[in-house]
Amino acid sequence: MPEQEPDERIKNFEEVPLGYTPEMAMEEAARCVQCKVPSCVCGCPVNVHIPAFIKLVAEGKFAEAARKVKETNALPAICGRVCPQEVQCEELCVFNKMGRPIAIGRLERFVADYERENDLIEYPAQVEKNGKKVAIVGAGPAGLTAAGDLEQYGYEVTIFEAFHRPGGVLMYGIPEFRLPKDIVEKEVDYLVRMGVEIRLNEIVGKTVSVDELLEERGYDAVFIGTGAGLPKFLGIPGENLGGVYSANEYLTRANLMKAYKFPEYDTPIVKGQKVCVIGGGNVAMDVARTARRLGSAVSLVYRRTRKEMPARDEEIHHAEEEGIKLCPLSNPLAVLEDSDHHVRALKCEKMELGEPDETGRARPNQVPDSEYEIPANLVIMAIGAGANPLLTKSTPGLELNKWGYIEADEWGKTSKDKVWAGGDIVTGMATVIEAMGAGKNAAMDIHEKLMGVKKPIDPSPDALPDDMVCEIKPKRAEPTT
Amino acid sequence: MCEIVSIKELVPTIFEAVVKAPEIARKAKAGEFLIVMPDEKGERIPLTIADFDRDEGTITIVFMTIGTSTYKLAAMKPGDKYFAFVGPLGHASEIKNHGTVIMVAGGVGTAPIYPIARALKEAGNKVISIQGSRSKELLFWEDRLASVSDEHIIMTDDGTAGRKGLVTEPLKEIIEREEVAIVYAIGPVPMMKFSALTTKPFKVKTIVSLNSIMIDATGMCGGCRVNIGTETKFTCVDGPEFDGHLVDWDLLTSRQRTYVKDEKCSFDKYLEDSGVIL
Ligand SMILES: Cc1cc2nc3c(=O)[nH]c(=O)nc-3n(C[C@H](O)[C@H](O)[C@H](O)COP(=O)(O)OP(=O)(O)OC[C@H]3O[C@@H](n4cnc5c(N)ncnc54)[C@H](O)[C@@H]3O)c2cc1C
Ligand SMILES: Cc1cc2nc3c(=O)[nH]c(=O)nc-3n(C[C@H](O)[C@H](O)[C@H](O)COP(=O)(O)OP(=O)(O)OC[C@H]3O[C@@H](n4cnc5c(N)ncnc54)[C@H](O)[C@@H]3O)c2cc1C
Ligand code: SF4
Ligand code: SF4
Ligand code: FES
Repeated sequence: MPEQEPDERIKNFEEVPLGYTPEMAMEEAARCVQCKVPSCVCGCPVNVHIPAFIKLVAEGKFAEAARKVKETNALPAICGRVCPQEVQCEELCVFNKMGRPIAIGRLERFVADYERENDLIEYPAQVEKNGKKVAIVGAGPAGLTAAGDLEQYGYEVTIFEAFHRPGGVLMYGIPEFRLPKDIVEKEVDYLVRMGVEIRLNEIVGKTVSVDELLEERGYDAVFIGTGAGLPKFLGIPGENLGGVYSANEYLTRANLMKAYKFPEYDTPIVKGQKVCVIGGGNVAMDVARTARRLGSAVSLVYRRTRKEMPARDEEIHHAEEEGIKLCPLSNPLAVLEDSDHHVRALKCEKMELGEPDETGRARPNQVPDSEYEIPANLVIMAIGAGANPLLTKSTPGLELNKWGYIEADEWGKTSKDKVWAGGDIVTGMATVIEAMGAGKNAAMDIHEKLMGVKKPIDPSPDALPDDMVCEIKPKRAEPTT
Repeated sequence: MCEIVSIKELVPTIFEAVVKAPEIARKAKAGEFLIVMPDEKGERIPLTIADFDRDEGTITIVFMTIGTSTYKLAAMKPGDKYFAFVGPLGHASEIKNHGTVIMVAGGVGTAPIYPIARALKEAGNKVISIQGSRSKELLFWEDRLASVSDEHIIMTDDGTAGRKGLVTEPLKEIIEREEVAIVYAIGPVPMMKFSALTTKPFKVKTIVSLNSIMIDATGMCGGCRVNIGTETKFTCVDGPEFDGHLVDWDLLTSRQRTYVKDEKCSFDKYLEDSGVIL
């Protein structure tokens, strides 16, 4: 797929891949052999009807193809861009063994963009209301998906969102150059046009509690999709100095608050000349590439080597192309300060790889007497996220696991009566599409419990063609540290 | 929702707005705060709940104009709506009968201290308040604070009202004079810092309300972190009230100064765009 050139794109926040032309899409779609047992579908957590939509693309019926995808996936323009397809649908495509799987994600993106850009989006007809109300907490992919499905089942659905914009990580985390925010807005708008009510700036656990939603406001069920919104820090000396950010803060300033457009927007962001990003996952890549676009020289500090980095290969490649310097085998020891309590440098030590640890990756060991400093006036920690306790602490009767994530079965049912949960607040940080899958499953379960409509036995194969059963479970995203 | 009912300039640079926000008013407690965004392009800034009226469903905020966001807030009119008005946030003050409490308010800090003083008074405490400002013309809510205090002392830097001098002077005198269970100090950082330093030798517990820079105010970004003793705390969810004897004031001050240049740039642009002449 054509892309913006690296030296051009580091000067703007526009999308890097430019997308297929109709001819390119049809050509790619024609490669699909329409497998009788399409293994690709099993790799997709929401089981998009992959061969069926690709067939429509090959025939040039792009809007129809988009609608086909939307039968199981309400956010195709987003998933086509941010799904780690290489470990999901595309990994299981029969062509993968031969080297080049069908570019399912790019095709999905293409049809969704085509439909939107040509104003061909059709809104589903209003369904008859069944008289029951469901409250959704959090307007991230899990909550949005649960809301859309429940609305279609006939519920009156209200989403409560803490921020002033819906979208969750899609809005505040993933940068504009990977996922343009107007696309997120359009996909959210689709749900609103379907009838979903979104109440912004209302924090469940503060403005209103889960128990109040159930007991005082008359909701028949609550779905919690609050994400993994707790920043992690390393616990090293100096990490609270001015000029040290968590990835969450840096990305929220840049994306949600649009600090990259400061002073047109009022929220500022430290524009370091020399930036150290700590971490090797996708979030670290997003942070590093954002800093690059804000005019910084960026070093990416990681304890192991490039090979062990949990980020998608494509993202590491993009980062390198954009001139981000990888500093592998480096372990941060302390943030050093100048006379003004501001960051001056990051002190690291060298590491070498030893035996594999419990995750199966080589364990990094310290090299004695190898301390060195990387000059920096901005340090950003992108070393993973945890479970935010704000809602869970204020909700008695909700069982949590030892890391503070909500305990739920495969349908999202929690230990608390009438309460379901799904997405990152249950699994820890995973993927957009897995959060959506969790929202879908919970919607089905809520529908069964509230209206007695039987759901399929297994939480995913409902949408599969011809009674096909997926034996291969979709993979979990890898940890980011 | 979150429409401005009334707004007025209490004293030069300090504004009071009454805002329709029934859901927040229903929950609000002394010591909690809000996140306010004046408009779509604005910042999310924290402001303390200075008062609330559950029957009317209103919240009162009091703010001092210092930069872009607060000037934008001051320029809004009754009937206007904030782009975001979120809360109540943070921990409420611990309200119980401590015995004798001293409430030290500096400048705009009078607003956040008032509901706490009122609640402490209602809980049966002997409330002594010390209200400080640069000069007489900047004093506001003296009557309100006095009405919930057993003793009310006014201090001004220039002596134009009350006693001339700093709030720490009567603070020390009272602690020397009588048994004091707890001190609340809310105002500019130096005033809170020196209040805490004043009470430290007497080992009188001193609560301060920190004004770190915030974004989400839900514990998601860590931008508001402060050093309290040997621990890192998030002001928005662990505070905003902390033990003043444990706060690392230098770090707080330096983190607050992170965006000084940007704030000036933003403010210059605001003045140019809005045509406001100072
Ligand atoms: C920088 C970054 C890049 C990523 N890149 C990718 C990628 O390329 N591909 C991919 O598949 N995944 C990616 N992920 C992971 C993916 O974004 C998450 O797994 C997914 O968004 C989880 O969805 P969710 O609905 O569970 O939660 P979230 O997206 O986190 O949404 C939760 C929502 O709930 C709101 N909320 C929280 N608490 C409350 C409350 N008490 N009351 C009301 N509202 C509340 C939040 O404000 C938020 O809007 C990335 C994550 C990050 C941080
Ligand atoms: C819990 C809490 C309660 C507060 N209550 C009040 C109150 O009741 N009345 C009042 O007048 N002020 C209050 N403040 C301070 C108020 O938030 C700042 O005055 C305001 O953000 C300044 O914004 P500005 O754009 O007008 O000025 P700017 O020019 O942007 O900033 C001036 C200074 O204000 C601080 N500041 C800037 N942005 C933020 C931000 N996003 N969050 C926090 N501080 C910031 C910085 O120290 C900065 O140097 C409170 C702060 C906190 C944390
Ligand atoms: S939603 Fe994601 S995993 Fe599913 S088909 Fe689309 S790109 Fe593949
Ligand atoms: S596995 Fe590959 S070739 Fe087969 S249907 Fe799926 S996308 Fe087409
Ligand atoms: S303001 Fe983000 S964690 Fe406190």
